[in-house]
Amino acid sequence: MKARNFSERHVEIAGWQVNVSSYQFGDKWRAKADNVSPGANLARSEADSREAAEEQVLTRARELLSRTKRREV
Amino acid sequence: MASYAHPEVLVSTDWVASHAKDASVRVVEIDVDTKAYDEGHVPGAIAWAWNTQLCDTLVRDILPKAQFEKLMTQSGIGDDATLVMYGDNNNWFAAWAFWQAKIYGHKDVRIMDGGRKKWLAEGRDLETERSAATPSATPYRAGEPDYSIRALLPEVQQVQKSRDAILIDVRSPQEFSGEILAPPGLPETCQRGGHIPGAHSVPWGKACNDDGTFKSAAELQSLYGAVGVGESSHVIAYCRIGERSSHTWFVLKYLLGVKNVENYDGSWTEWGNLVGAPVERGAAVAAHKA
Repeated sequence: MKARNFSERHVEIAGWQVNVSSYQFGDKWRAKADNVSPGANLARSEADSREAAEEQVLTRARELLSRTKRREV
Repeated sequence: MASYAHPEVLVSTDWVASHAKDASVRVVEIDVDTKAYDEGHVPGAIAWAWNTQLCDTLVRDILPKAQFEKLMTQSGIGDDATLVMYGDNNNWFAAWAFWQAKIYGHKDVRIMDGGRKKWLAEGRDLETERSAATPSATPYRAGEPDYSIRALLPEVQQVQKSRDAILIDVRSPQEFSGEILAPPGLPETCQRGGHIPGAHSVPWGKACNDDGTFKSAAELQSLYGAVGVGESSHVIAYCRIGERSSHTWFVLKYLLGVKNVENYDGSWTEWGNLVGAPVERGAAVAAHKA
């Protein structure tokens, strides 16, 4: 089976650039969110539509990124 | 136009699609997210987990020689096999595995340019069943470890004082400045934020194009030349735990041909926890500020 309809976009969450990618595999959609600059994986999901899969990873990314402590430099 | 110093260490996704199942080739996926492989992988590829199979799980260290030999034997990889690595995050841990394979002297190691992301984006075949490796009948024999490509703490401490090598911090600008201790979503495994005094900030990702492939030799020369790196430079790269810096190590050593490049795998989780170690805070002043 092939990965189909891969797409990637950048969004900003809590001041962080987040990379959201998704693709179709069979009848499911898979999404992944990672932090663009450091590249850390934040979340992955599988759902029946691209929108649902991406919303799941964005929700998790919001939770994680809002907890990231920024320090005075 | 300038070309890579060692183009033979890179293979394209097309090449992998044609050769992944050749008897002399073994393709290995190594991901930051160790569950990614099970979602689908290059047909025929096996998986190595960076956090259990590519390090000593008792002492903080790279894989000991005997364990590396065992991993290679069990993976069905002979001394003369072509070992092709790829993974997520533009090949972070593929580069980490490549670096260890070179420490133990494996001759033919290559990286699939663009990694997992490019394979997915191109709509290529994915296999979801785990590929079972047939262990080699002949045990793998590693060479004596080549530690010339690895920097340990005493050397980095000496270099920090003498400034007779170029220290490159490949973490994000926020980690470099001390604003955060670790990338968002990862555990904060250090006591202090900032960077090694004198280090230059060149985030690892600047070496990659949007599709995950490496930038051209000319672009890479410009990127690292801006912090004084040339072919004859002595460079030590570091990050948080040594995987992002192995990516930069790969770029400098194999794509740009810098002769003396070391990966400081102790990185910030060592330096940033060290009692009495000097730390500098604040944003980079070089051209590579984000």
